[in-house]
Amino acid sequence: MRNLFFNLKQYTLESILGPLFKLLEAMFELFVPLVVADIVDRGIGAGDRSFVVSRFLLLIALGVIGIVCSITAQYFAAKASVGCAAALRRSLYDHIQKLSFSDLDRIGVPTLITRLTGDLNTVQNGLNLALRLLLRSPFVVFGAMIMAFTIDARAALIFLAAIVILAAVVFGIMLGSVPAYKKVQEELDSLTGTTRENLTGARVIRAFGMERGEREKFASHNDALYRRQLFAGRISALMNPLTFVILNGGIILLLYTSGVRVSEGGLTVGQTVALYNYMTQILVELVKFANLIISISKAVSCMKRVDEVLRTEPAMRFPDADPREDPTAPAVEFRNVTLSYNGGDPALTDLSFKVGHGETVGIIGGTGSGKSSLAALIPRFYDVTDGEVLVDGVNVKDYPAKTLRDKIGYVLQRASLFKGTIRSNLLWGGDADGEALDAAITSAQAADVILSKEDGLDSAVEQNGRNFSGGQRQRLTIARALVRRPEILILDDSASALDFATDAALRKELAGLDYKPATVIISQRTASIRHADKIVVLDDGAVAGIGTHDALLKTCSVYREIYESQYGKED
Amino acid sequence: MPKTEKTTLRRDTWRRLFSYLKRSLPILVLTILLSAAAVILSLYIPILCGRAIDCMTGAGEVDFDGIADCLVRIGVCACLCGILQWVMNSLNNRMTYRVVCDVRRDAFDTLTHLPLSYVDSHPHGGTVSRVIADVDQFADGLLLGFTQFFTGIATIVCTLVFMLTISPLITLAVVVLTPLSLFVASFIAKKTYDMFRLQSDTRSELTAQINEVVGGQPVVRAFSREKDCLDQFDEINGRLEKCSLRAIFFSSITNPSTRFINNVVYAAVALTGALTVISGGMTVGGLTSFLAYANQYTKPFNEISGVITELQNALACAERIFTLIDEEREPADREGAVLLDGAKGEIRAEHVDFSYVPERDLIRDFNLTVHPGQRVAIVGPTGCGKTTIINLLMRFYDVNAGVIRAEGHDLRDIVRESLHGAYGMVLQDTWMLRGTVRDNIAMGREATDEEIVAAAKAAHAHSFIRRLPDGYDTVISDDGGVLSAGQRQLLCIARVMLAIPPMLILDEATSSIDTRTEMKIQNAFATLMQGRTSFIVAHRLSTIREADIILVMNAGRIVESGTHEELLARGGFYSVLWGSQFENVS
Repeated sequence: MRNLFFNLKQYTLESILGPLFKLLEAMFELFVPLVVADIVDRGIGAGDRSFVVSRFLLLIALGVIGIVCSITAQYFAAKASVGCAAALRRSLYDHIQKLSFSDLDRIGVPTLITRLTGDLNTVQNGLNLALRLLLRSPFVVFGAMIMAFTIDARAALIFLAAIVILAAVVFGIMLGSVPAYKKVQEELDSLTGTTRENLTGARVIRAFGMERGEREKFASHNDALYRRQLFAGRISALMNPLTFVILNGGIILLLYTSGVRVSEGGLTVGQTVALYNYMTQILVELVKFANLIISISKAVSCMKRVDEVLRTEPAMRFPDADPREDPTAPAVEFRNVTLSYNGGDPALTDLSFKVGHGETVGIIGGTGSGKSSLAALIPRFYDVTDGEVLVDGVNVKDYPAKTLRDKIGYVLQRASLFKGTIRSNLLWGGDADGEALDAAITSAQAADVILSKEDGLDSAVEQNGRNFSGGQRQRLTIARALVRRPEILILDDSASALDFATDAALRKELAGLDYKPATVIISQRTASIRHADKIVVLDDGAVAGIGTHDALLKTCSVYREIYESQYGKED
Repeated sequence: MPKTEKTTLRRDTWRRLFSYLKRSLPILVLTILLSAAAVILSLYIPILCGRAIDCMTGAGEVDFDGIADCLVRIGVCACLCGILQWVMNSLNNRMTYRVVCDVRRDAFDTLTHLPLSYVDSHPHGGTVSRVIADVDQFADGLLLGFTQFFTGIATIVCTLVFMLTISPLITLAVVVLTPLSLFVASFIAKKTYDMFRLQSDTRSELTAQINEVVGGQPVVRAFSREKDCLDQFDEINGRLEKCSLRAIFFSSITNPSTRFINNVVYAAVALTGALTVISGGMTVGGLTSFLAYANQYTKPFNEISGVITELQNALACAERIFTLIDEEREPADREGAVLLDGAKGEIRAEHVDFSYVPERDLIRDFNLTVHPGQRVAIVGPTGCGKTTIINLLMRFYDVNAGVIRAEGHDLRDIVRESLHGAYGMVLQDTWMLRGTVRDNIAMGREATDEEIVAAAKAAHAHSFIRRLPDGYDTVISDDGGVLSAGQRQLLCIARVMLAIPPMLILDEATSSIDTRTEMKIQNAFATLMQGRTSFIVAHRLSTIREADIILVMNAGRIVESGTHEELLARGGFYSVLWGSQFENVS
């Protein structure tokens, strides 16, 4: 909640004025029954027509003041809640971009997106409602009671009783139905799940002849939903009838007491009318208030979830100043590196190898052998648990993030592009003129991707590059990395969607790059790495062998098995 | 859509709706009667209150018998009205939820019978929201809305009648003034519509940006683009703030405005009423009742205007649901369709033509004969349409021309379930059922624990399953959750190992498994394939070499077929593919 109030501080004035004007409006509303009482007692009682007209004008004036106050209040409330939500959204977004990847993995991308979108919208609505109504509704309820006390203390006791009983019933029913509706929602979620399952898994479900079973499963959840809805409905169906009866019970008591008091001369008829009017106001406001509490409690729990993310301290710090590099050191060096994610079993164990300037190193291993983890350590996406990763002789922890990452052309396993044009995506790699772009595109075998689009380099790229095929995206992401003419080039299984011929042509181009980057190629295919200067074979996160293709075939059984599984023994 | 067509569609929608309501028609009539009775009772109470007040004229001049009479009546009315309301609400819920339940069941029934072409060509999210969200909205809007609408109308009519009995003149004032609040409300709604659209457009724009950037953090950071992304976000966020403020503020004027008009009406009633009382045309109690009515009278108007938009919305939802329910189903099994019992695995394709869309034909005059026990490999670059063949073999899609036969029967003459049962299928897409590991291996079959464990062992899945938190009872979530892609694939293989059908389809069945584990599974597959006809989609050429027939596909078409040696000798596309695997970088 601290974050909410911190961001609301910029809107201190609005968040005070909003509720204040709401209170003013409520106060003027509370005067209305008194004016009516006056009309009855003094206007009608004395037959004074001009008095009636003057009170009528007063009523209109009260209405005008009311509308002015409440519109002002709505404006301040909207301004404060929208502004505060926008500020919160920004600081959350900024914060997410600073969190370490281990935090991002732990929290999960879909969760973060929900926090930024749905949760913050709920917070905005809740805040808006709270600013408008949180003070107003109780004020009207208690205000009506206080007004009743100023008229007649004995009659007002009925108000007190009515408010207590009504509040108990209204909140009891609303809170009582919350768990019932939660159960309804759970059942609805499982219906949603089954429905989605039958679309995404249509082939498998039909291939295994499970349609009938699925229909039965759906029917049983559907029936359960029906029963739970009925149950929840039964609780909330009590609300209107019960409150109606209680309110009228209050009115009966009130009229009886008023009758006694009027007879004693302690109360006028006009005042009786006023009391009656106050009584009817209470119920409406109580129901509003109960609804408000539910919306606000939803918003509070959303805000708590947002807070949780904001409270997560970025686990990684970067220094501000560039370190002194050692020109004689290899481009990349792993020294006894061990990595485990969030305290689990190590993904990499005691890993040591070097990549010299201009050298190409292949990394190969089975699924889950730690290949991608290794790649992610070079731009310091994760910190090693033990050992050191050095780039140009300097520990990666001593680089400012930008200095380190600017050296690296990183092509990730999942080829993602961003909304914009092909050109804007390639320019992520760095500023480059047309010639440099063309060179990168040619090397990445992406020329035909650009030719196939009507607007060439300026063709639109949709969100996540979904208007390109997997292979096209892969080649464009390679081009993007080449645009910066990196000192270190990392290709993490980046040719998986390319056919063998394109893959081979790509490798040929990369080998001939004039700026001779240190290249790390990660692959499951021996064909992609067999010509590397050095091959690191990973098995379960540990080095199983380092050497050239020919040497490894002789000495490394894991490598030999991988090779044979792809080419057959007789090769 | 032309207007006439639209209106017939509307009429059809209503008719369909009533067919669902038929069962509960007496209840519907009953709720309408009950709600009318409840409205009358509740509106009678202010009159009784007014009468009670008239019994008090001043100190010592209070008619307690009169008051008692009124108060008893109020008590009876209130209790009766409460009971009626409760019965009405309960009946209403029962009726609404019943219809929802029935509509949903029918929608899901259609869903499980939809042809795969529908499933493939319609976004799943849209179909899910038909079955879930649309049904809810339709029920809320159409049924609850309908009763609300009816109650609203009844309240207005009865209030009018009651007011007329007290004073026609003041009634006139009320009737003239109240529609103002309706006008104001609809005027504001119309004016703010564009603002809300702009808000929701901007909001989706922002969500898309968030999705892209948060999901793409590795790339964003690799290229140090955090600042640029934040700038882009700020720009959209700023626009959202502006248009949200406008939309929220202007729409929030509605309530104060209608309340203001209510207050004016109230004041007018007070004025005319008081003047009438002074001139002796009405009692103070009458004025009190009137003021109570004036407060209530505008409420149903506002409610009804809300209900009308909701009704339209609900009708649109209902239309969408009925369209889904009426969607053309997979053709039912023909009469006299045969059961494919004890299939040996003979498949024959004769002059088959097929395309997904008429404009782009994919397969033309395709012929193939597969003898029992033969191994057919389907190869080609990624995305070349290898799965099309599987779609045809499983009859997920029907051929456009020609015929595919299994054991000499046209696939279309075979009971679909028995055709599917004859194949064991492992797809590249390792789809998991929500349920336990055990459920995912058994896939609806009755199987003993021993059988399941044996299947898992054969698929080399037993050892990792044992290491899962709850072993075979570990629950797998929608996206596979705790399992890696490779582990999911092993489970899919275990499914087939359990069933052991006469024919096999392996679509890149081992693409996510590293090659060493794959070698081990291959042994199990080899045993499995012994004597079984199998279709293998593969990208590793070494596994293909031993196939009896190789189908080479490119850009959706079958470009070559034959054995490995024949195809190499031909020097076509296959030999290029094969050669590129070994090309050297030098």
